[in-house]
Amino acid sequence: MVDLTIDGAPVRVPEGSTILDACTSLGIDTPTLCFLESLTPVNACRVCVVELESSRALVPACARRVEPAMVVTTDSPRVRHSRKMVLEFLASSVDLSTAPDARRYCDRYGADPGRYGAAPETVAQPVKIDNALYVRDYAKCILCYKCVEACGADAQNTFAIAVAGRGFDARISTEYDVPLPDSACVYCGNCIGVCPTGALMFASEHELRRRGEWNEARQTRTDTICSYCGVGCTLTLHVQENAIVKVTSPIENSVTGGHLCVKGRFGFEYVQNRPDDEGAPS
Amino acid sequence: MDLHFTSARASAAERAVIDAALRQVQDDAGGRPRSRRHLALPVLHAVQDNFGWISAGALNYAGERLAVAPADLYGVATFYKLLRTTESPLRIVHVCDDIACLSAGAQQVVAAMEGSGAAWERSPCLGQCDRAPATLVVEAGAQRNPPAAAAPPVIGGSNLRLLRRAGKIDPESLDEYRAHGGYAALRAAFTLGPQRIAGEVDASKLLGRGGAAFPTGRKMAAVAAEPSRPHYLICNADESEPGTFKDRVLLEQDPFAIVEAMTIAAYATGCEYAFIYIRGEYPLAAARVANAIARARAAGLLGDDVMGSGARLEIEVRRGAGAYICGEETALFNSIEGKRGEPRSKPPFPVQSGLFGKPTLVNNVETLANLPLIVLEGGAEFARIGTPGSTGTRLFCLSGAVAKPGLYEVPHGVTLGELIELAGGVPRGRRLQAVLLGGAAGTFVAPDALTMRLTFEDARAARATLGSGVVMLFDETADMVAILRRIAAFFRDESCGQCVPCRIGTVRQAEALRRRDFALVDEIGRAMRDASICGLGQTAANAIESARRNLNVW
Amino acid sequence: MFGAGGGTSSYEELEHTGVIVLWGSNARETHPIFFHHVLRGIRNGAKLYVIDPRRTSSAQWADGWLGLDVGSDIALANAIGREILAAGLENRAFVDRATSDFEAYRAAVQPYTLEHAEKITGVGTALVRELAHAYARAPRAQLCWTLGVTEHHNAVDSVRALINLALLCGHVGRYGSGVNPLRGQNNVQGGGDMGAIPNKFPGGQDVEDPACIAKFERAWSVTLPRKRGWNLTDMFRAIERGELDTLYVAGENPAQSEADQAHTMQLLRSLKHLIVQDIFLTKTGELAEVVFPATASWCESEGSVTSSERRVQRCRKALDAPGDARDDIAIIAELARRLDRRWPAYTPRLAWDECRSLSPFHAGMSYERLERLGGIQWPCYDEEHPGEQFLHARLWAEPFQGPRAPFAAVEHEPPVEALDERYPLRLTTGRRLDSFNTGVQSGGYTSPLRRGETLDISPQDAQRYGLVDGDRVRVRSRRGSVVVAVRIDPGLRAGLLFTTFHHNDDVATNLLTIDATDPQSGTAEFKACAVRIELPPFDELGATGPAAKQ
Repeated sequence: MVDLTIDGAPVRVPEGSTILDACTSLGIDTPTLCFLESLTPVNACRVCVVELESSRALVPACARRVEPAMVVTTDSPRVRHSRKMVLEFLASSVDLSTAPDARRYCDRYGADPGRYGAAPETVAQPVKIDNALYVRDYAKCILCYKCVEACGADAQNTFAIAVAGRGFDARISTEYDVPLPDSACVYCGNCIGVCPTGALMFASEHELRRRGEWNEARQTRTDTICSYCGVGCTLTLHVQENAIVKVTSPIENSVTGGHLCVKGRFGFEYVQNRPDDEGAPS
Repeated sequence: MDLHFTSARASAAERAVIDAALRQVQDDAGGRPRSRRHLALPVLHAVQDNFGWISAGALNYAGERLAVAPADLYGVATFYKLLRTTESPLRIVHVCDDIACLSAGAQQVVAAMEGSGAAWERSPCLGQCDRAPATLVVEAGAQRNPPAAAAPPVIGGSNLRLLRRAGKIDPESLDEYRAHGGYAALRAAFTLGPQRIAGEVDASKLLGRGGAAFPTGRKMAAVAAEPSRPHYLICNADESEPGTFKDRVLLEQDPFAIVEAMTIAAYATGCEYAFIYIRGEYPLAAARVANAIARARAAGLLGDDVMGSGARLEIEVRRGAGAYICGEETALFNSIEGKRGEPRSKPPFPVQSGLFGKPTLVNNVETLANLPLIVLEGGAEFARIGTPGSTGTRLFCLSGAVAKPGLYEVPHGVTLGELIELAGGVPRGRRLQAVLLGGAAGTFVAPDALTMRLTFEDARAARATLGSGVVMLFDETADMVAILRRIAAFFRDESCGQCVPCRIGTVRQAEALRRRDFALVDEIGRAMRDASICGLGQTAANAIESARRNLNVW
Repeated sequence: MFGAGGGTSSYEELEHTGVIVLWGSNARETHPIFFHHVLRGIRNGAKLYVIDPRRTSSAQWADGWLGLDVGSDIALANAIGREILAAGLENRAFVDRATSDFEAYRAAVQPYTLEHAEKITGVGTALVRELAHAYARAPRAQLCWTLGVTEHHNAVDSVRALINLALLCGHVGRYGSGVNPLRGQNNVQGGGDMGAIPNKFPGGQDVEDPACIAKFERAWSVTLPRKRGWNLTDMFRAIERGELDTLYVAGENPAQSEADQAHTMQLLRSLKHLIVQDIFLTKTGELAEVVFPATASWCESEGSVTSSERRVQRCRKALDAPGDARDDIAIIAELARRLDRRWPAYTPRLAWDECRSLSPFHAGMSYERLERLGGIQWPCYDEEHPGEQFLHARLWAEPFQGPRAPFAAVEHEPPVEALDERYPLRLTTGRRLDSFNTGVQSGGYTSPLRRGETLDISPQDAQRYGLVDGDRVRVRSRRGSVVVAVRIDPGLRAGLLFTTFHHNDDVATNLLTIDATDPQSGTAEFKACAVRIELPPFDELGATGPAAKQ
């Protein structure tokens, strides 16, 4: 066990814990965007930074492991300033309209993305729709690397996408930006499963949103087991008006770790390809 | 891995070049059975060198041979500015329009290029500020010319130590190097043994010359003590800080000295494999170092039994490919490992987990160049030069509004004014407006700082930095606002894009500077300094803030 | 295995093992999320060996790919065993304490030298030696297989040949070491566990064991048969003999999924009564006299299924079923009540609690616990028991408990249908990533990966027949023929063809396959039949019609 101090309060956490773990154990709600329990921390978004005594710069709570006698401050003016600026940077360059977490943090830290001039550079670009299952809207991408990690070594190991380019021009891309059907993509949907901003979206959700019919308040979520092979993956069925509109898997599930394959993710249509209910979402 | 490729196929010539590159490069450095991705950069370089760009077919074939997914490899290729993924001319002139060249007529060169019909592009600092305005011709194709030897640089100072051979011997001749004292230090090192070498380096109080000023002896001792094997040594020759050209001069003029210094450092820390990572814009330096390594190896000064001591060392030259960030040590590791040159989080620190996750000693060229002196004369003797806090001599790159731009070696403790006088002072009829110390990530000082002693401690007291030894002078005709904008543009262009504060902050800084929204510039600067992953973002506002503090620019 | 019909390990253990052997399994495509655990194992340092006639996407992750000839698994396994013994790498202490029939095994593998085996399997001696040594020397090792081992006429022998290797090295009964069949369908494991096989009561209890019979007779107040019943293959034989004239098919589509389709259809048509219960009107349903529309068990009704790691997990109703569809259990219970009024109105939970009262393996798995723990691995004997992560720890217990695990002396037997001049090519079948069995389910969604059915062919054979991607050919076996487009697959060796039966309406692959079946398991030899390729011109319309019998 390691003893440290956070915001003046002593806390004891197991060795190997992160500052984020320690904060969580104290009930401190630390904002995160690029962090996910099942993925290797890339600490790229920097919205979780905290002040660490003895460290010149702020440190990322999500990746920094605790050490004995650390003294951490999570809500100092420096911390609040950096978090606010990071959120302003994102909000002024990325469309966060389908990123509820980011928007909530913007409110909390008083981010004002309007103060960056009349025409700040943004990542606005056309939506990519090149297959029947996914929609990629990189105007909403905050470059958190989660999709790359889920497609890569942290889960699927398909490596169909990577970060290409550099600096503000860095973006998620297939090789030479070829359409997904030409790429290595196997449509497991695990990139979509981890996307925090809706930049990656199931075509079903995208279509319902486009028609103004997407309504999470009217959706139920039911856990069940995939009907295909014998691995026994837990599927969370998101159902709206008696139709499955999205399939996810719980991240803490020991079988899936939140990840699925193309059949589990998209293979449900056979239960709702019904000739008699044309109007239902599909 | 179950790799999937598009239908694009490499031509026979592309395949042959990739196959040859894989045969040529050392294959066992990484020891990764499933992937040979640590060879990605040499392979991509080979394609670039031979065809002027990397086609989709060539990338696919390289991916197949390296066992790296094509999207992944594309991400690597597009990270580096000298690797091109669209069809390009075989000959491209890179025109430096960075700060030193900007004040020295870069715009006229640009205008001339625009009228010439030749393929050209703007470039960040090419490390030739002593001959500004600078250009670099990058040639590709089977018929490309070897790197041309430029005119010898201006070298100044009194009682030269690091530069004593520079310009005076044939840099390609091992015999001349030996005739001028070369390899005496290595022989002495083998007599001392690893522990005593580290002790002498410790006693010398040598601080790193790359900009971070970390005690070299402490780093060496830490690597030597790590039980995990293998240990790696990296000579960081990715000199890219605008205004800096000292390492280029050392590598071009006295390459054997670096090879010998690396051999000593490797022996002292238990490394049997070393890399020297040379900036992609330094083809001549890379050629001369490669020559020096080959000759040293042939003479038994590298290889399985160095100088009959039983020690082993191989040194591999790695060429950068146009990315300032790769001078950051952890970004450099990733680059050698065949990944995008994105910095890693620290801790863990390189001495514990560096290249390929192994204990790694990373030192700047100039830092290493001091080791033979320390071994020969002893650490205590070395420490008598300079000041107690800043031992030894220091290389300063003088450029801009100075009579004799060039590389100057002086003991620590000389004042800024004395150094400038050594280089002939500000040209007659001109008045000094500002001096930039330490490069784009450094600090501007006003003429009132000429009395400042050039030591780590004096610089710190003045809220300045010596950084990588840049001393760039601006006279009253310089448009300082334009200079600051160029610095902001430099960081915007060179940010790797990994973390938000730097990726977007450098863009917003440049925009706010254009709008003269200085309050916002300050806020952005604070966030970049506090929240960025690495030194690039953390220092991207330094020069601009110092100009606001020390100069009367607005 | 050794009396318990289930994989011995948990998926998690694949991440913490030294050597993983995937035998006759393309898990990368057929069990993708299981393969995530394998990949994590590889990243943690495990070596992977893949034994498969095709160089599959799984094999492309392997440290060693053993591309054996179809149906030579026993010869290969015996050669590995013999090499382990010859090198003195067997776990002698484990063999002595926990196994029986070792000497018979040793004698049986004696002829299978690496050189001799190479002649049968086509796998080079060095690779077999490497695998044998790696497997035997690993502190922990996992042996996993799928239908590549079991869809053969000697399926049970093949599985026993594999288990022999685990016994020889002590790679069973400990964390990180085990033998694991990966189940092809979401409740194959659970169906067997619930007694939906001819020789078992629920919970793996023997239907011919008098004590078990007595227990179930008492619980159900009926007299039970003393002998096991028929498996599916036995039933078809019985139809042929005229001993069976009524068939009640629930959730199966034998008209398309059985080998030798033309023959199957003939037998189904000859039935007096055919009742089909399914969520679709399948091809089998079209032949039926009575069709019960059922709900989709995984999303339109409640219940549980059991996975390949013996994990019982709850299925839940998320959608209202269309029309008059009813739950399987409701249909069966209602039918039963029409025959015998004493039947209760079963709910899934009532049936489950009855199962728990009769199956000690499931006794501790209340619905509340299944909810709370997110599934439980059997055996779970009481409500304090957490379930077993891995089986057979008793083999290592001090003092030794229970029966010893027997070696099985098994001999190589080639596939029933040998290659000859008229049918010189070996056709094997399997699945592709985005599709499933006869495509009834997976055909419902638009997969960007799906390019229609193809006959996958080696580059060498493509050259030999002058074929390029997309050319249409007729594939003919002794039982029938189909017309299909070819796709060149560098992962195939010369002489080997691959296809699936995902697109039955276009390419009825099971017109080609052989119904040679394993006498013990009843599984057909889907993995090996002899075919030839016929080049155009031919009559495209004849594509799905049965060919003249030889």
